[in-house]
Amino acid sequence: MKKTFPILGVLTAVLLIYALYQGLVVAPTERTMGDVQRIFYYHVPSAWTAFILFFINFGASVVYLIKRNPAADIVALVCAEVGVVFCTVVLITGPIWARPVWGIWWTWDMRLTSTLVLWLIYVSYLFLRRFSSGGQTPTLAAALAVLGALCVPFVYFSIWFFRTQHPQPVMGGGGSIDPRMLHALLINWLAFSCFAFLVCWSRYRLEKLQREVDQAHAMQSLLDPSGSVR
Amino acid sequence: MNGNPYLFAAYAVTWIIHIAYLGTIVRRYTRLRGEIEQLKKPGVRSSGNSD
Repeated sequence: MKKTFPILGVLTAVLLIYALYQGLVVAPTERTMGDVQRIFYYHVPSAWTAFILFFINFGASVVYLIKRNPAADIVALVCAEVGVVFCTVVLITGPIWARPVWGIWWTWDMRLTSTLVLWLIYVSYLFLRRFSSGGQTPTLAAALAVLGALCVPFVYFSIWFFRTQHPQPVMGGGGSIDPRMLHALLINWLAFSCFAFLVCWSRYRLEKLQREVDQAHAMQSLLDPSGSVR
Repeated sequence: MNGNPYLFAAYAVTWIIHIAYLGTIVRRYTRLRGEIEQLKKPGVRSSGNSD
């Protein structure tokens, strides 16, 4: 177990470098947008990874609500936190791509606005976890996560249901994509998924350790020779 | 591929965000190791907060 993490870390680093090479060098330059279109290879995989993490958060929250399993609670927390990081990348790389292509940084169209709302929901979830105290916090957070997850398919399908400036989806959108572009996209998605998995793993271990330390502090307070209850 | 400032900015920002987040994990882990060392010392009272 101790050796697995560094090995996976090195493999993921190699995969990320290979994915960067695919996105910047191997994938052909798009005709109308030029090189700025290569933002696509970071923007879209980050969005997919965030969506998957939010779905895992949803599943873990449901498990926690049914079984009150602390491990499921940790998985939910970790996936929400890492998902917010990836969603932040989406919300920042999107406007950087939009500026040279649309001429504006931001527009309140359905895809962009719903992504911002999704991000705010999960930031609220993390604020709730961080600043609320008491035994009911994981339950309340799990309930919020279940409702928040409903927003994920809405964000994804918003470009089908509403007239929007955002391009149609790569998968199932009806358009075609150069095979080299698709390869670069999928490699980047795989690389970011592996990276997200490793970050989640580290964060899971950290959260578990944090809870053990909190328990040890509580035990020490109980066993305090002065007998004072903190 | 020509150098494009928007492309460079997007890729750089992505990695700055990820590295900053990894930095917070490492910082929290280092703080926890310190707390564990404190807990292991015999006769040391808990100094952890419950927030």
